Amino acid sequence: MTDKKTYDLVILGGGPAGYVAAIRASQLGLRTACVEKDNVGGICLNWGCIPTKALLKSAEVFHLISNVDKYGISAENIKFDIEKIIKRSRDVSKKLTKGVNYLLKKNKVDLIKGHGKIGGPNKLLVDQNNKVIELGANNIILATGARSRNLENIKSDGVNIWNYKHAMLPDKLPSSILVIGSGAIGVEFATFYNAFNVDVTIVELQNRILPVEDEEVSDFAKKIFKKSGIDIHCGSNIENFKINKSSISASIVSKENKISKEFDKVILAVGIQGNVEDIGLETVSKIKINKSHIEVDEFYRTGQDNIFAIGDVVGPPWLAHKAMHEAIICVEKIANIKNINPLDSSNIPGCTYSIPQIASIGLTESQAKVNGYDIKVGRFPFKANGKAIALGEEEGFIKTIFDSSTGELIGAHMIGTDVTELIQGYSIAKNIEATEEDLLHTIFPHPTLSEMMHESVLDAFGKTLHI
Amino acid sequence: MPISIKMPALSPTMEEGSLSKWLVREGDKVLAGDVIAEVETDKATMEVEAVEDGIFSKILVSEGTQSVPVNKVIALMLEEGEDQDSIEEFYLSNSKDENIKPENKEFKETKKAVNQIPELEKTIYPSNNKKELPAKVVQIDQGLNKTIASPLARRMAKQASLDLNLISGSGPRGRIIKNDILAYIDKSDNAKEVNNINKNFIKSSENYTEIPNSNMRKIIAQRLTQSKQEVPHFYLTVDCVINELLSLRKELNNRSKDGKFKLSINDFVISAVAQSLAKVPETNASWSEKSIIQYKNIDISIAVALEDGLITPVIRDANHKGLAEISNEMKDLIHKANNNKLMPEDYKGGTFSISNLGMYGIKEFSAVINPPQGAILAVGKGEERAVVIDGALSVANVMTCTLSCDHRVVDGAVGSKFLTQFKEFIEDPVSMML
Repeated sequence: MTDKKTYDLVILGGGPAGYVAAIRASQLGLRTACVEKDNVGGICLNWGCIPTKALLKSAEVFHLISNVDKYGISAENIKFDIEKIIKRSRDVSKKLTKGVNYLLKKNKVDLIKGHGKIGGPNKLLVDQNNKVIELGANNIILATGARSRNLENIKSDGVNIWNYKHAMLPDKLPSSILVIGSGAIGVEFATFYNAFNVDVTIVELQNRILPVEDEEVSDFAKKIFKKSGIDIHCGSNIENFKINKSSISASIVSKENKISKEFDKVILAVGIQGNVEDIGLETVSKIKINKSHIEVDEFYRTGQDNIFAIGDVVGPPWLAHKAMHEAIICVEKIANIKNINPLDSSNIPGCTYSIPQIASIGLTESQAKVNGYDIKVGRFPFKANGKAIALGEEEGFIKTIFDSSTGELIGAHMIGTDVTELIQGYSIAKNIEATEEDLLHTIFPHPTLSEMMHESVLDAFGKTLHI
Repeated sequence: MPISIKMPALSPTMEEGSLSKWLVREGDKVLAGDVIAEVETDKATMEVEAVEDGIFSKILVSEGTQSVPVNKVIALMLEEGEDQDSIEEFYLSNSKDENIKPENKEFKETKKAVNQIPELEKTIYPSNNKKELPAKVVQIDQGLNKTIASPLARRMAKQASLDLNLISGSGPRGRIIKNDILAYIDKSDNAKEVNNINKNFIKSSENYTEIPNSNMRKIIAQRLTQSKQEVPHFYLTVDCVINELLSLRKELNNRSKDGKFKLSINDFVISAVAQSLAKVPETNASWSEKSIIQYKNIDISIAVALEDGLITPVIRDANHKGLAEISNEMKDLIHKANNNKLMPEDYKGGTFSISNLGMYGIKEFSAVINPPQGAILAVGKGEERAVVIDGALSVANVMTCTLSCDHRVVDGAVGSKFLTQFKEFIEDPVSMML
């Protein structure tokens, strides 16, 4: 413990929250260090958003080629190589990890490798292969992220029961998979494996898949997923779960019936828990933990004055873009920048990269009603949009929800091809507090899928033109 | 039949106004309630709203035109289905009417061009048949154009009848956002009340009567709200024994056998204030961002209650006027005020205000400063009270006066100095006549 250096800010964790915080802090002139025991980029770059998008691109391409006849093209003897697909996904991760390393270096952030933990309000201890170095810190940001949750009787083992990380690295394709949980992660893996002809079953405890999405989106997605061959059981529990020699048997139990099935593998996608263990929280009594997440206020202050927490470790939604935005707000607040507003959680978009894609922002229709809004709802289907028809992608719709008294856009929900690239239009509208009038008078280019965003707003106000 | 939009009368005494800005362009479709122009009087900038739907067709008075007489037609609007030609016709048939004379050359040129089109069918409308629109006006603050607010915030402010200028923005570059409006509504009990009334109004209008705000009421609301929000008020109170004043008043009034004057207590108060301001000129001053402006003249505004509000006529150079002169001038001003005949010069530009509620039996109160003035004196009722004089209990006529000061201009010591001087004059009124 000789090597002591003091920083204005030490960030524990180099994921989307941590590395963005480090870059911003350095830009603002703070002497900054980022402590990471693994690769920078966190789950997102290494085991989440990015590598799964690479996998899903392969799934999409395979799906497209398998259905290429309708475009007047024939393809025969279509093959895929799961090893190459996985290698591509890993290469994409590596490339981006290198990129983040470069960005930290460019911004003069000290990247300190090793397992870090708080050693007191102004102290971080980093374990580097049995040598412990001490860092002095005027401020500390905890950005330790989260990991997948296990069920009481079903725990991931990497062999039969996979978490997201195992599901990304199969040595060979299983013949069948039981996906437990139908949030974005469960649905994306279901899409991936289903595209490569694995027999996929989704079991969801709640009465619909993608429970955070709008009901209409859930219903529509369920219909299409079923059509594409995924077996879906909502409002269902797993019972009689048993790992046999060459298979896993489970009973899917709902109010109505009980189905027993055998599976090759199981993917656990039942949620996330914060990484709050072994980071020295016990040395600072003012930091409180609630349901595996660190409690913070709207500017990410823990109870301890100079210690902050951001990203997945402070709670849902567990999204990289939320984490990065929290990082900016938190660091700018530390740097005493004026007029920083707290993040408005109703302005965080969410995307699911299934086939078709799903994207949303703000309140669902039922949430809006529960919150007492008097609403106007607009919808526009892909099948009435010229570009969608030309693309041969006619499944999906865009739904918008407005407060009828103020014209505020309070929610937007989309399902269909490429909607994850469209949702940002509504994000901007919500962020600048556009009303329906601003959207009605915005010119959307023709022919694009984005015209549906316009038509949906027109529909909410009884002015739709193309339906 | 084109609709004439006239220069509105924004106050009973307004004779002319400046057309500061057109907010719509010729050819724009206008709905009732749309703001179409801003008109400036020496008092304030007002928004002019359309009260009927139509096509805004012809500007007759261009932007920036000063001193446009009230009732002059400033623009023409077409009703749905009418075509542009009827505008030209309307102008031709009314060109002798002084109120419709256009001021922009471009119009005259258009007119000539139109005249050259032979197939034009001409319909002549008698001028007494022309439809006229009483323009609806809304008080706005001078700085509205500079206010940055999100579209949603603007709409919410409009719905809750909030002045965006009174709300500070927390968004990027000080932009007013939804949360600022919600916070403002939450914070302000008044606004809350307004909001509740609006909500109730939607449910049922049986529980109350809605009294539309007159322009005077809007100005009072706006100015006093601004004063209480922006001006750091503090208050100083003194009791004045007015036995001497009452006997002097009686004596002087007895000399006015021909009824040339009849002095009131208030006349003495005006005079005492004027003399005190002359001695403590720091109190006769206004705050501005750059400097404090100390006035050389002493012009006293006196609050006069009207049926639907109040107005503050001014006794100018009150320090140079005798009691009888002040008294007679005051009577004249009150008479004019009650008959709606005050001219702007009668009530504008005072440097200090007096509000006297003694005649209503009020013992004492604190008044709201009338910006940009730096102070106001609130005068209570002169009444017999038990007082201790030289260690003995006795009865005296006492009048309680409270000075409200703008702390940016008048500090405690200065206000006290003024009030002490005032008390001396009131308690020994002969001294102020010297």
